Amino acid sequence: MTAKVVTVTSGKGGVGKTTSVANIAVALAARGQKVTCIDGDIGLRNLDVVMGLENRIVYDLVDVVEGRCRLRQAMIRDKRLPELYLIPAAQTRDKTAVSPSDMVRLCDELRQEVDWVLIDSPAGIERGFKNSIAAADKVLVMTNPEISAVRDADRVVGLLDAEEKGPASLVINRLNPIMVKRGDMLSVEDVLDLLAIDLIGIVPEDENVLVASNKGQPLALDPKSRAGHAFDNIARRLLGEQVPFMDLDTSGLWQRLLGRK
Amino acid sequence: MSIFGRRKSANSAKERLQLVLIHDRTDLNPAELEALKDDLIATISRHVEIEPSGVVINVAQDGRAQRLVADIPLRSTNRRRR
Repeated sequence: MTAKVVTVTSGKGGVGKTTSVANIAVALAARGQKVTCIDGDIGLRNLDVVMGLENRIVYDLVDVVEGRCRLRQAMIRDKRLPELYLIPAAQTRDKTAVSPSDMVRLCDELRQEVDWVLIDSPAGIERGFKNSIAAADKVLVMTNPEISAVRDADRVVGLLDAEEKGPASLVINRLNPIMVKRGDMLSVEDVLDLLAIDLIGIVPEDENVLVASNKGQPLALDPKSRAGHAFDNIARRLLGEQVPFMDLDTSGLWQRLLGRK
Repeated sequence: MSIFGRRKSANSAKERLQLVLIHDRTDLNPAELEALKDDLIATISRHVEIEPSGVVINVAQDGRAQRLVADIPLRSTNRRRR
């Protein structure tokens, strides 16, 4: 096996990186892929709780890097999907406990073991970000249709180009089609005009995302959830499938009611 | 403007971002652009007569690349030399 290493990053915090990593990982694993997620947010770990694996942590990323355990021992197996693993971040250390070259070495070892390595980058553009992109073959930049998130995404896209990690692919998360229709939210086209990079996913705002993380069960497996479906589409695009973007237009119903369609 | 006279907030977000991103990407703020324009006018005027009031300098977007576009009207030679 030679895994592909994919890093999800954003610049701004709180746009949904951790949720996306958990969901894309679950979607890939449900499609028969062997996947390992790495929580790159040392000191502020969260991917473990979103995936519902917080009670099973024995070793973490820093333990592997510092040689206190073997790589295999730090890989926590998911409860539902046998081919899905998590390497958690250390909670009591900081970003300097790991270097970009540590991440390259670790990922090179993982490449032999799995099909996909997904790295959840911390917010910001400092050490944690640099660690998280060091080994990446592909970087997904996540944003919300919101002015500060788009600005920060642009900055990160520029930095990725400078580090020769580009071209990045864009995920627009928490799109509210009703607000877009009303002219009170940047549309997908607006964000693409501004950032001028390739799009790999549009995830609609969906209350089920919060419900799922409350329970520690990523919703990519739930066929009723629109966000879950959108994350599954991203997984399929990573696998090389041509998947059309979801139709989020809300006008259909009204036009039918008004008999104009 | 919408039909209700209220400006759509998404449009102002986009316009504001367009300006902010030019600055973020190039490190060129409006004051510096103005100074650049004055320098250009002074330099070009040493070689050819121009219409300083008609000079327009803008940063144009081409994908993720920026381009400095200067439109500099020349003064007609017919009018200058009788």
